[in-house]
Amino acid sequence: MQFKTATSPHTTLPGSVQSVMFKVLLAMVPGTIAMIVFFGWGVLINILLASVVALSCEALMLWLRKRPLKPYLFDGSALLTASLLAIALPQLAPWWLTLIATAFAIIVAKHLYGGLGFNPFNPAMVGYVVVLISFPREMTQWVPPLVEGHVLLSFSETLRVIFTGELPLNYTWDAITMATPLDTVKTQLGLELSISEIESHAVYGPMFGAMGGFGWEWVNGLFLASGLYLCFKRIIDWRIPAGVILALLVFSNVFALYDYASFTPPTFHLLSGGIMLGAFFIATDPVTAATTRKGRWLYGLGIGSFIYIIRTWGGYPDGIAFAILLMNMAVPLLDYYTMPRAFGHRWNEFPHHHKGDEDEH
Amino acid sequence: MSNTSHHLWHFHGGLKLPGHKAMSTGSPVARATLPAQLVVPVQQHIGEPGKLLVEVGERVLKGQMLSQADEYVSAAIHAPTSGTISAIEERPIPHPSGLSALCVVIETDGEDQWIELAPLQHPRAKSPTELRQLIRQAGIVGLGGATFPTAVKVNPGPRAKIDTLVINGAECEPYISCDDMLMREQADQLISGCQLIQYMVSARHCQIAIEDNKPEAIAAVEAQIKAEGLSTIEVVAIPTLYPTGGEKQLIKVLTNREVPSDGLPSDIGILVQNVATAVAVHRAIYLGEPLISRIVTVTGEGVAQPQNLQVLIGTPMAELIAQCGGYHKDAARLIMGGPMMGFSLRTDELPVTKGCNCLLVENSAEQLPTTMPCIRCSACAEACPAQLLPQQMYWHASSKNFDLVQDYHLFDCIECGCCSYVCPSQIPLVQYFRFAKTEIWNQERDRQKSDHARIRHDFRQQRLEREKKEREEKLRKKKEMLEKKKQQEAEQGDSAPADPKKAAIEAAMKRVQQKKAAQQTDSNDEQ
Repeated sequence: MQFKTATSPHTTLPGSVQSVMFKVLLAMVPGTIAMIVFFGWGVLINILLASVVALSCEALMLWLRKRPLKPYLFDGSALLTASLLAIALPQLAPWWLTLIATAFAIIVAKHLYGGLGFNPFNPAMVGYVVVLISFPREMTQWVPPLVEGHVLLSFSETLRVIFTGELPLNYTWDAITMATPLDTVKTQLGLELSISEIESHAVYGPMFGAMGGFGWEWVNGLFLASGLYLCFKRIIDWRIPAGVILALLVFSNVFALYDYASFTPPTFHLLSGGIMLGAFFIATDPVTAATTRKGRWLYGLGIGSFIYIIRTWGGYPDGIAFAILLMNMAVPLLDYYTMPRAFGHRWNEFPHHHKGDEDEH
Repeated sequence: MSNTSHHLWHFHGGLKLPGHKAMSTGSPVARATLPAQLVVPVQQHIGEPGKLLVEVGERVLKGQMLSQADEYVSAAIHAPTSGTISAIEERPIPHPSGLSALCVVIETDGEDQWIELAPLQHPRAKSPTELRQLIRQAGIVGLGGATFPTAVKVNPGPRAKIDTLVINGAECEPYISCDDMLMREQADQLISGCQLIQYMVSARHCQIAIEDNKPEAIAAVEAQIKAEGLSTIEVVAIPTLYPTGGEKQLIKVLTNREVPSDGLPSDIGILVQNVATAVAVHRAIYLGEPLISRIVTVTGEGVAQPQNLQVLIGTPMAELIAQCGGYHKDAARLIMGGPMMGFSLRTDELPVTKGCNCLLVENSAEQLPTTMPCIRCSACAEACPAQLLPQQMYWHASSKNFDLVQDYHLFDCIECGCCSYVCPSQIPLVQYFRFAKTEIWNQERDRQKSDHARIRHDFRQQRLEREKKEREEKLRKKKEMLEKKKQQEAEQGDSAPADPKKAAIEAAMKRVQQKKAAQQTDSNDEQ
């Protein structure tokens, strides 16, 4: 009897890129629901809008690059980029802002660099930074969480605000949007208020909640929980979020102990803004992260450090996107210099040099 | 001596794979029926082929040597049964590239008549060197699949001191169960073989390592050790984790020591032998039998009655499958070895060789997985037992950057397949590494060739130059000689009237002129 031949191994796990991506997407659901609860329908509308744009751009680029549509369009990577980006954008951001950010992420940051697996920079963060730098005013259209004196807009009202920019009657932009806790701290510290004064302030006080910002505590808590689940399932590497959190903890503790009036406490750093989303869902994007164990520690620690530095001394209230992009740049270096010791080798075999280079002379 | 509390270590990575072993362990090892024809490849081992001792038409007896090991790293082959040699020619052999090689074809006569054997009653009366010679005569090679000549392996040389003999009964590849069955049924021969090898390499300890998914084998071997009251041999139950049966991984698990990348286990005082090899050693010494048969696991979803068979070397694979009830209707792939490291065969019209531990028949997969780009998830690096970075190696191998791929220790890759197995993008990583290795070997060969050519060219240049110089030297010497002669003559002839040569020439000229003048006057007269 005749047979077809193949090379070993003749069996593999049934896993796929698609299943990895969809597991991560699924894990984002609880945190996203919390965001919708606290920040309104804008979150959901942004996600849907970004997903449509991302899939369209993905299809366009695949067609232009003459790649097969089916395996790539449904691999889940474009949807994941869209969702991460949409959650990071302000809830009442105009539709064209989401469109520009998403299109830039997919077309430039992903496909112009070679598509899935070849992009050195995290596409979602590239898209985010592009609109953050280009449209700073629109990027402040954050909805304050559901606190006293504020009412969330209904679904249709939100839809109208996003697509037409028209506010419902009796509403002003000042009434429905508000600076985030991180932004507020930055501004008020600039006005020489102390942390405790800001947190007990009549206007800003309530939004700080119990630990890191009202609503944000829940959002971060849920992203943390589902992120830990992904680590446990080995879908993401725990070393990256551990590095991010560890660096933030060390920095914030050291500076808060040094001067608690001018530096926000560690709990605030960990539970406000998109820290848990960033640490567990964005920084762990395998394509743009370091690949070795040690490299991933350093990558996470680097991101955490940059976040603290940018938040505290930088020009932006939050620095997750910048921190991730900066560390993306360091990845080839990290990977090369953190190569593990191969079995049967000694440690001191580094740095490498090519025998041929020397033999020439 | 049982030792359940033995402290064990871990190697990096590895996989917990579904075993599928019970499939073929239901019935005891059966004897394969004697085929009408045996095709015995002359080379079934790593090293040099042996020298043929037989001719077409010759009648051979069971156990008669067909080719002898002339080189040091070589192994003899023997007639697996009695019969007549009908051909000595190239036949397809089990090989990843479907090659053909020289084979001795024997038409069996059904008598199964042995040659006269020379069993040894008291092997310890012989020296290790003499025993090694017997193993060499018996054509024993590593039966775990590597087929390295055992006589060479049990001779670690005067410099290496073997402390521990490790007998590998891990059998970590899924589906394969021939070693399991061997340990269950031939524990006495196994222990005897272990003692012989222990004696040959003067190892103080012997550890028989068996994965803990083979409780029957562990019990059988332990019972045998207990019955014989042996104190230097122990069974070590090791965790079932692929590829624990890899030589280096097994040593790491047992001793926490790593065989150096460019070294051998003997460098750290260890010798590893497969259980079936130990049994073959026992049979060669105590019974005088050469290696002419082995246990083969015939298994997989694609075969009707999976089981283990005692098979004569050279038996056509198709006959074994037939004895196991034939193929399932969806049978799609025939693999020699296990699903992780075995290679697939084009046809079943191939002979069983010494290294053939398993014939695995797989049914067609419902859907072939699509290969996607690498997403750098590092699942491969987490699974790699050699602590390599397969995704980086893949990157450099696919871009043919062979210097860099060697920086990432390509040649420490044992091709176990763990990386390909776990890859979510379904990238056939091992295939890329094999490709890179082959390319590098080819380049190395070309480089050696061109080096050789350059050296030859250089030699030629040197020779030409030398000859030129020699010629010049000769010429110079000749000139010098002449010069000297001249000088001498000049010194002598200063007093002489004139140059005698010149005078002679002048005289001759005069004579010619006179002759010419005389001719002219003659011709004028005629006009």
